Amino acid sequence: MAEPLLETRDLVKSFGGVRATDHVSLTVLPGEIHAVIGPNGAGKTTLIGQLAGEIAPDAGTVLLAGADVTRLPVHARSALGLARSFQVTSIFGEFTALDNVALAVQAHAGHSFRLWRPARGEAVLREPARAALAAVGLAHRADAPAAHLAHGEQRQLEIAMALATRPRLLLLDEPMAGMAGTDSERMVDLLRGLKGGHTLVLVEHDMDAVFALADRISVLVYGRIIATGAPREIRANPEVEQAYLGEQDLLHA
Amino acid sequence: MGARLRTGGIAAALVFLALVPAGAHLLDAPFYLKLVGRIMIWAMAALSLNLILGYGGMVSLGHAAFLGVGVYAVGILGAHGAHSGFIQWPVAVLASALAAAAIGAVSLRTSGVYFIMITLAFAQMLYFLGVSLKVYGGDDGMTLSARSQFGGLVDLDHPAALYYLIFALFVAFHYLGHRLVNSRFGLVLQGIRSNERRMRALGFPTFRYKLLAFVLSGVACGIAGVLLVNFTKYVSPAFMHWTRSGEIMVMVILGGMGSVVGPALGAALFLLLEEALSGYTASWPVIFGPVLILLVLFARGGIAGLLPAPRGAPRG
Amino acid sequence: MDPQLVLVQGLNGVQLGVMLFLMAAGLTLVFGIMNLVNLAHGSLYMVGAYLAAAFQEWTGSFLLAVLLALPATALVGIVAEVLVLRALYRRDHMDQVLATFGMILFFNEIVRIVWGKTSRYMALPAALEGQVEILRGVGYPTYRLAIIAVGIAVAVFLYVLISHTRVGMLIRAGASNRTMVGALGVNIALLYTLVFGLGAALAGLAGLMAGPTLAIESGMGDPILILTFVVIVIGGIGSVRGAFVAALVVGLADTMGRALLPSLLRTLVGPQAANQAGPALASMLIYVLMAAVLAFRPEGLFPARTG
Repeated sequence: MAEPLLETRDLVKSFGGVRATDHVSLTVLPGEIHAVIGPNGAGKTTLIGQLAGEIAPDAGTVLLAGADVTRLPVHARSALGLARSFQVTSIFGEFTALDNVALAVQAHAGHSFRLWRPARGEAVLREPARAALAAVGLAHRADAPAAHLAHGEQRQLEIAMALATRPRLLLLDEPMAGMAGTDSERMVDLLRGLKGGHTLVLVEHDMDAVFALADRISVLVYGRIIATGAPREIRANPEVEQAYLGEQDLLHA
Repeated sequence: MGARLRTGGIAAALVFLALVPAGAHLLDAPFYLKLVGRIMIWAMAALSLNLILGYGGMVSLGHAAFLGVGVYAVGILGAHGAHSGFIQWPVAVLASALAAAAIGAVSLRTSGVYFIMITLAFAQMLYFLGVSLKVYGGDDGMTLSARSQFGGLVDLDHPAALYYLIFALFVAFHYLGHRLVNSRFGLVLQGIRSNERRMRALGFPTFRYKLLAFVLSGVACGIAGVLLVNFTKYVSPAFMHWTRSGEIMVMVILGGMGSVVGPALGAALFLLLEEALSGYTASWPVIFGPVLILLVLFARGGIAGLLPAPRGAPRG
Repeated sequence: MDPQLVLVQGLNGVQLGVMLFLMAAGLTLVFGIMNLVNLAHGSLYMVGAYLAAAFQEWTGSFLLAVLLALPATALVGIVAEVLVLRALYRRDHMDQVLATFGMILFFNEIVRIVWGKTSRYMALPAALEGQVEILRGVGYPTYRLAIIAVGIAVAVFLYVLISHTRVGMLIRAGASNRTMVGALGVNIALLYTLVFGLGAALAGLAGLMAGPTLAIESGMGDPILILTFVVIVIGGIGSVRGAFVAALVVGLADTMGRALLPSLLRTLVGPQAANQAGPALASMLIYVLMAAVLAFRPEGLFPARTG
């Protein structure tokens, strides 16, 4: 049994009277694609927030490669190898796609207290950026202003930026959001291609993608994990069916 | 084509500025020397604000405080007999840096409306401090007994010499600013303005960078203050009043925030407009106020927004 | 430390606090609900004072002056809202700062044009002249007590309005989550105008009450504006309760600080140094207080915002 790369122990978070995260204990093994699914209002966003470091849990711990990162701020977790993409596209609209990814490379290429040399001329930043863009299939759009990219391309850019920080663990918040047809197929292929070099935690609604990609699935309902296991087991789990009442077709598609 | 126009424009402006002392002498109109000198000083103050405002997205309403720090550093040392520029100027730079570091460390913990109000409050604090220092003139201010002395190097009492010193610093500020905004640091700053949450997620400890930008900006404005007090020979807390900060911000917006040269254009436009309007009526703010409102509501990009953009990046 | 002095200065502090509360209550709601940085709030204070002085001169009666100046100032505020501020709600803060800065320039100049450059003064109403004996041998100006009474009455009124009426509920919801209120189908434009009008009326009230106590001149709103900002930052944006607490704290700290700090310093460092540094330090006191609060609670003491 390998050491989990990401682990939470009894994570608790309440907002007023609502328990958004109710003693969540999750383990993510190195190299796997671990999906977190759940009906709306299950607390997926809050969970991601605590994994990423934007939300401080009321109780419990978050461990990254065995180290306690519960109180560590967002940028410090990134330095430890955690990369995150956002559910609502979060990029730098006024910069070109290449600039966007180069900035991600820059975050992990030493400090940025360099006030003189033009950063756009630094090959050590531009080359890995181009490589990341190529990896997600956006090489031809490198010089386009990010705000002018199509929605699907912007989602790809998000992934490229996450990859460019050379992470061990990718936390992807609904990467398929707003995508359909060939766009989503392309994204699924992209994510599948990442396996092997990276560990992925995928929060998703798109069940086709989840069952196509995931090694293991955790099901979050009202802040609690009600089941964890291989896709086959989850599909057959009666409790999970219950939770998705009315959405049975999705599970049995 | 746009780039050549831009470089040409900058070259022409530099030549023009360099020839102003000669021109003023020929026309026997020292007024123009004073006017252009004043514009360049305020342009430097506006440029310093643009670093954190236009490029960093930090709406600081207290920038004039750093102008005051520069003014008072020279003024206070001068009042105690220390007239050497070699002492006054480094002290002014250090004082501005410390003030900016202190104010920034507290203010940058907040954002949005809070940040605006806090920077405003701190600037007013320094203003009241200046007013309460009766021994240095208090509310009325005091005259500087002597301009900064530099031995035989340069005589600031000579109008043309002072002008060229201002001009040299004016050019230096612009060049340094240009390098800065395109450097790694500059891109981080712009990234923070664009999407700070994303920057943190990428791994940037954003507070540090904002603080450094704030300090650099404060020091630059402090240097503008040193030039201002040498130019006017007048030390007064009025330089620190928050309406001064508002005026500097107006200069930045008039010139357009997304470029290094914008603030200088804005300062020129603002001061020339002020000269022209106040010639007509002492009540010129009653016209200028609504003009400003209309500008904000209908003409966002400022002058530089109308000029062709620099080659390469969308902003630079 | 003379207990009589402390009592009188304490009351002065409460009076200042109450004035600041009137200014801060409206402004904090405007910040919290409309996310609008309004630098021209101090101008409404000034306009209130000028209008009260003008009406008093015209009618000869302080009471009539108050009754006329209050709605008149609210009207000025509403006109400004409809003409300029409405277009600013959607804009970023810098645009709002610049446009309202332009409004200050305009207002400061227009009062000079209409009423001249020299300061104006208001006479105290006969009924409120003189002093009240609050303690044996200690008198306190009746008018200032009246100001405190009015301020507390307004605080109670606002409390009832905000906690126990439908409009108040909308205000609280708006301060806490603006977009949600819009999504619920509430007539946002009307709500905004009402909130702004309320704030303008309160600022005008502060101005006209202050009228008899100081010189009415162009720019008199500026120092009050800064203090109001400090109050709002300490109290938390969007929170009237926070504004009340913070206003009293700031009012007391500033007044007591100015009164007591110099004498305190004199015992510590001697009269020479104290006379130099005393006033300077006293005027910085509330800003240091603000910095201290922010060091621990960057959102203020009672932040209303959740979304």
